[in-house]
Amino acid sequence: METGQEVLKSKNVRYHAQAGQRAGGTSMSIAALKEELAAYVFLAPSLVLFGIFIFYPMLQSIYLSLHVTDPQGRVARFVGLQNYTGLFASPLFYESLKVTGQFILYTVPTTIVLALLLAVLTHHSLPGIRGFQLIFSLPVAVSVGTAAVIWLQLFHPNVGMLNRFLGLAGADPVFWLSDPQKAMISVSIVTVWMNLGFVYIVLLGGLKAIPDDIFDSLAVDGAGPLRAYGKVILPLLSPSLFFIAIVSVIGSFQAFGQFHILTKGGPMNKTNVLVYQIYQDAFVNYRFGTGSAQALVLFAVILVLTVIQFRFVERKVHYQ
Amino acid sequence: MSMGAEFRPQPLRAAHTRRLQYHLSFWTRYLALAVLAFAVLYPLIYTFLASFMTAEEAGRFPPPVFPENFYLGNFVTALELAPIPRFLWNSLIMAGAVMLGQLVTCSMAAYAFSFIRFRGKTVLFTAFLSTMMIPWEVTVIPNYLTIKALGWMDSFPGLIVPFLASAFGVFLLRQLFLQLPKELMEAARMDGCGHSRIFLQIVLPLGRPALATLGVYTFLNTWNSYLWPLLVTNREEMRTVQIGITMLQWEESMSWNLVLSGVSMVLLPSLLILVFGLKQLVRGITAGAVKG
Repeated sequence: METGQEVLKSKNVRYHAQAGQRAGGTSMSIAALKEELAAYVFLAPSLVLFGIFIFYPMLQSIYLSLHVTDPQGRVARFVGLQNYTGLFASPLFYESLKVTGQFILYTVPTTIVLALLLAVLTHHSLPGIRGFQLIFSLPVAVSVGTAAVIWLQLFHPNVGMLNRFLGLAGADPVFWLSDPQKAMISVSIVTVWMNLGFVYIVLLGGLKAIPDDIFDSLAVDGAGPLRAYGKVILPLLSPSLFFIAIVSVIGSFQAFGQFHILTKGGPMNKTNVLVYQIYQDAFVNYRFGTGSAQALVLFAVILVLTVIQFRFVERKVHYQ
Repeated sequence: MSMGAEFRPQPLRAAHTRRLQYHLSFWTRYLALAVLAFAVLYPLIYTFLASFMTAEEAGRFPPPVFPENFYLGNFVTALELAPIPRFLWNSLIMAGAVMLGQLVTCSMAAYAFSFIRFRGKTVLFTAFLSTMMIPWEVTVIPNYLTIKALGWMDSFPGLIVPFLASAFGVFLLRQLFLQLPKELMEAARMDGCGHSRIFLQIVLPLGRPALATLGVYTFLNTWNSYLWPLLVTNREEMRTVQIGITMLQWEESMSWNLVLSGVSMVLLPSLLILVFGLKQLVRGITAGAVKG
């Protein structure tokens, strides 16, 4: 018996097979069956919740997008692809797409570059560096709601601090949120600030995962910081950078709170990102059909972009 | 690194200048860090400073940078104007319940994916992971209609139940559970322990750091959520802090220092959670990023 167990262990055969071995063929399948049953008992809570709140809504969205609903969300009649064709014929929809793209271009690269700079400056152990690490991580704890309310005051044309500082520097006041040319930039500034903490934590973690002797050998070589980071460290950091790029792009597509509090999609629809448009359609105008159609189009766009990122960018990622 | 081969002993003069350069870069680095830290912190500093300003100071033009005294009246007025303790309580219940719920559902599912053999494991795990790809825009409309049909508007179940399971949580805990020593589990099996005993008496206690990570992450995320509470709550007494705080905005037209004192009260708990839970949070985020 003992030797039998040793042999099984060495072959890395699992416990239920051992139980089966001991008791013979039929009870082995019973043991395996009990094992399967246990698995589903453990998975049941998650499966049920996912079923109700993710998989069912996914299908329901498709169903809704093919119908017109009453304000209660009850399906009124089938309209086929009319919600979609209406969407692609509407200039407002293209404007939303454009504005969404703009928002991503303004926020994602800026956040990553800034956070990378902060991570590079703080990943060596210097006295007091933990304090700086805490400070640069802090925005992670600030919610969209509070961040947007704070910046709403900072952006105020008369009593806002940003214009106060501009005034001290001798510059003219800026209408941060009401100037159609500036509104998207202003919302992007808030967003970069908010997301900085998360991106910083990820990149700092990535830098810390790079073995110290690599940094040491670079220092001994006397390689300048630019060369050292560009040629050696960045490629080693590329898995973290790739992860954060994907997560940030998806996150930007879903940004809502800052638009709802700061601009309400205005001025002149210049900040009317797709998600805000969906919110307007579904929860202000109660047009759940077009809302669902737009949500699915957005989903398709995110999916395609993510696949593209994985296909073409991940090739350049250097996994250890 | 092949560059190590290029190392040559350097003359003393060069070493001296290098040390000088090092000190220079040491201080410029600190200077840069201080400036950047101030820039990142300023919105928060501003919030706390402005909460102590009197209405007169707040109305002054140009606006003052520092309050003249530590005036506490704003906090009192803000508390009178809006039921901030109630908002905080609602958020606490919502975030706490979602956190506990996710710890239960995610650790159970993660246990199954880590330690139980069953058919369709890979398929099911892939299905779980793929739900992370589905953005909330797609599910939010049907979920809103579901909650409405269930009569859960303006109620804690409506705020909590849709978030009780999380694919991210399952993924994170699985990654961390798989690092636990396997021998322990196998020894327990040999002794005839069932899965529920192994789960409760071995995996959960050993996985405490992993659970703490998920707990802090989930709590902060739920505490900070905006759209869902906005959609499913209409009555003031069911609002969470994040929605409630923006309401201060509309109630009094121009008393921005009042609004900011409300924001300060709301910010303080999250900042405290971050200071004490940063380690767990960092571990969670980097586990997802570096190993994922």
